[in-house]
Formats: sequence, structure tokens, C-alpha cells
Amino acid sequence: MSDETDKQNGAEATARPQPDPPGYFEGESMTRRRAFTVAVQGLGGIAGAAIVLPAVGFAVAPIFHRGKERWEGVGPVGDFVEDTYRQVVFTETEGIGDAGKTTAYVRKGSKLFDEDPKAFIAVSNRCVHLGCPVRFVEAAGNFICPCHGGVYDFQGKRIGGPPVRPLDQFQTRIRDGQVELGPRFSVTSQLEPVRARDPGEFTGGIWEYLYPPRPSTFPPPSG
Amino acid sequence: MKLDSLIPAPLRKPAKPGEGNGASGPAPADLKSSPPERPSDAKRLTDRAVEAPVDVLAWVDQRTAASGFLTGMLYRKVPKGTNWFYTLGSATLIAFVSQAITGVFLAMFYTPSTTQAYASIAHINNDVFLGALVHGMHKWGSSVMVILVFLHMGRTFFFGAYKYPRELNWVIGVVLLILTMTMAFTGYLLPFDQRSFWASVVGININGTGPVVGPYLSDFLRAGPELGATTLSRFYAIHMLLVPGAIIALIGAHLYLVVKLGTTAPPWLKAEKPKAATPASQLNAGAEGNGATPAS
Repeated sequence: MSDETDKQNGAEATARPQPDPPGYFEGESMTRRRAFTVAVQGLGGIAGAAIVLPAVGFAVAPIFHRGKERWEGVGPVGDFVEDTYRQVVFTETEGIGDAGKTTAYVRKGSKLFDEDPKAFIAVSNRCVHLGCPVRFVEAAGNFICPCHGGVYDFQGKRIGGPPVRPLDQFQTRIRDGQVELGPRFSVTSQLEPVRARDPGEFTGGIWEYLYPPRPSTFPPPSG
Repeated sequence: MKLDSLIPAPLRKPAKPGEGNGASGPAPADLKSSPPERPSDAKRLTDRAVEAPVDVLAWVDQRTAASGFLTGMLYRKVPKGTNWFYTLGSATLIAFVSQAITGVFLAMFYTPSTTQAYASIAHINNDVFLGALVHGMHKWGSSVMVILVFLHMGRTFFFGAYKYPRELNWVIGVVLLILTMTMAFTGYLLPFDQRSFWASVVGININGTGPVVGPYLSDFLRAGPELGATTLSRFYAIHMLLVPGAIIALIGAHLYLVVKLGTTAPPWLKAEKPKAATPASQLNAGAEGNGATPAS
């Protein structure tokens, strides 16, 4: 209606600016209603994030937290020989009683496998298929898993069954004539040390990217 | 007395079109020639007593207008051929309610601590009155619920009840299936005996075999590189706070869609042809059932 009147009276008669597009006045990029809508929604989003983000961060923080390095003596140097393993039990996770204990098979380094004869090899009994406990069978010289038939040779390399890599190992050192076991590390099929992986995860080559190392694990021993 | 009169009027089954609901009943008799007898006090008291619950319900209904929703839900049409297989969803719901109730009472005695969890379960089983029963209901009920969920899913699949317009309900159902498995998985660790410990170790390691995110998912579930003290409390929180809330919300959405969309007829029933579409000459007067045109 007003448009027609404008035409009749001439443009000079109505200097009052008409909103274009409707609802907007000159110089406005958004209407008052829209500005408030955006502002309230933005404030609501900030308030929601202020509640949710700390809670989520709290829940996922353990992924990025690495515990204190822990070493435990498992016996005098003389207890361990080159040609067989000795079973030792030590605490890997503190504060949960017996559930935090784990078993390792320890021997002296052997020239047979190009190992440092002064070093000690500590093989974890955790099957790298799904985490069942393996047992060293003296007569066969193999590690055998009772759950799904995984078999490893004397060095811990997989020779049968579903496991995906050789058995994990623990770092070793000698303090005051005692063999001490430290953080866990995993090995590739060539027994090169890498950061600890969970059972079921391949190591080496492209698998180092498909199963990336977790920040909660310790760097592998060098060399 | 007719049972119908006990149901408040708004909750009564609506009359079929054309039958009327008695709103315009017989005209009142001439009050002067035959005045109604004054009922005895006892009769008036019993009448009031009968009316009381109706009045209460009516009071609530006036303020909530719930009767429209309730009649719509309770008297909704179901297709011909609805059979016992259609009860599997309700059975799953009952299993969940049973798990929720027994779970609440188990939580009153359970201690989610690595050093005390096993002892508290032993205490529930051996010392608490009916503790072994409630624990057993929860333990075996979880298996019952998982089985029922799968049967319910199979029914939906084989009856084609996931098709348009019910796809979203199928998707919600799949999420509920995953959440149910999460419940079964996290609940398994709580007794903290050898079996549950190693089962959780294996389960977390299976989660870890997923490429790229798997290792981090394992660390998240364990709250660290090894299964430790916080793993148990973490599983307990997921088991009794996080997932049940999600399940209750999704069951609500699931049921809303069931009521909103209605259920499907079993696949062996042919679609009923609209009456107007069938010419009168082809109608078989003697034929029963679904109005399929007779073979000719």
C-alpha cells in the first residue's frame, strides 16, 4: 500500500527509508531478533562447553599420562643361566594387590643369538594374541599359550597359532648384583625393541602407524 | 456392576463412530409424579468410596491432560496377525527393568575397589539376606537380556519391520544393542575374580586391535597402560551411571516411535485392499479375512 502511495506522491514526499530486505534497517547486517538469537545460542554453547570439556578431559586424561618408571629386583645375577629361563613374579602395577603382579621368564644373554652375554633377557608371559598367560615348556623349549594355542620359540618369536608378534620383554639392569626388571617393551618380528603395544597389535613397518605408540608407555631401550 | 464404570470417563475406550457414548441418554422421567427415592446413607457412602479414586484420577487428568495420550497409546490399533513374537520387545524391557532394580540393590552392598570388590561380592552372596538371589537375578538376567535383545532384533528383521517408515527405530535399536553389550562387558569385571579379570583383559585387548584408535581406546578403558585400580571404578561408573542413563533415554525414544508409527503385520498377511477400490461385483460375500480378490 505504502509503495503505491510513494509512487503517487513522488519520491521526495516520503524520505523515510524502507527496510530492505524487510526487517532490516539501513546499515544493519542482521536484525535485532537474529542478533539476540545468535548471542544467546553462543552463550549457551560456551556454558555447555565449560561443563562438558573438563569432564571429558578428566575421563581421557589417563591416555596421556605416563606413570613413574618402576624397577624391581628379581634375584642375584647368578640365578640366571643362558640355556633356560627362570620364572619370576614381580609387581608391574602398584596399588591393586595381587592383580598388579605379572610373570616374566628371565635368562642370561646368549652368544647363540648374537646377544650381549652380560645382558639379561626378561620375556613377559603375556600372550600377544589376547593377553592370556603363556608358560615356558622346558622339554620343548617353547612358550605355549593355553587359551588359543599360540606357540613361541625360545627367544619368544611366534612359531604357531594366532599371535601377531613375538612376546613382549621387560627392560633389565643390574644393581648391586641383583637383576632388576623395568618397563615393558614390545619387539618386532626381528626382535627390534619398540614401545609397548597391547596384545593383538602388530609391530614393525606400516603397523607402527596403524597401531601408533601410546603416550602412556615408556620409550624402548636403545640398541 | 460394570467394570467400565470404575474407569474414569476420559480413560474409557472411546465409542465407535455412530454408537454414541450415552451422552444423550433417555429423557428423565417426570420428577413430580415419580420422585426418585432418596438413597440410604450406606449406599451414598459406598458410592462416594467408589467415586473417590475416579475423582483423584480426574483431578490429575485435568491438570496433565494425560488421558488423551494414554488412550491413544493403550487403545492404539494393532494389525491382524499380531502374535507372541511381538512380545519380545516388551520382554526385553522387563529384563532391563529387572536389571535396573536388582542393580540398585546390589550397589548398596558392592564396593568398587580392587582390594574390596571380591570380598563385597562374597559378602552379598554369603551373608546378606537374599543376597545370592538378587546377585543371581542380576548375573543371569544379563544373559537373558542379551538373548532377548537378539531375538527381538531377529523378529524385527525377519518380519521386515525395519522398513519404511521404521528405519530410525531400527537404528536406535542397534545403538541399544551396542549399549546392552557395553553393559554386559563392563559388568563382567565388577566381581573382580580371576575369571572377570582375565575376561576383561581379553576384551580390552580385542578393543585395542582396532587400527589407529584401538590403542587409545584400550588406554581409555583401562585408564592407563595396564589394568589397574582406576579401571574397576571406571567400569563401575560406566556400568551404573553412564550407559543406563543412555539406555533409558533411548528406550523412551524407541517406544515413542513404536506407538507413533504402530507395529507391522506379519509378512504372511497380504495387504488389505481398500474397500472402495474393489468393485461390488467382485466382492466375495462368503470370503473371510483380508478381502483379497478371489481367484478366477
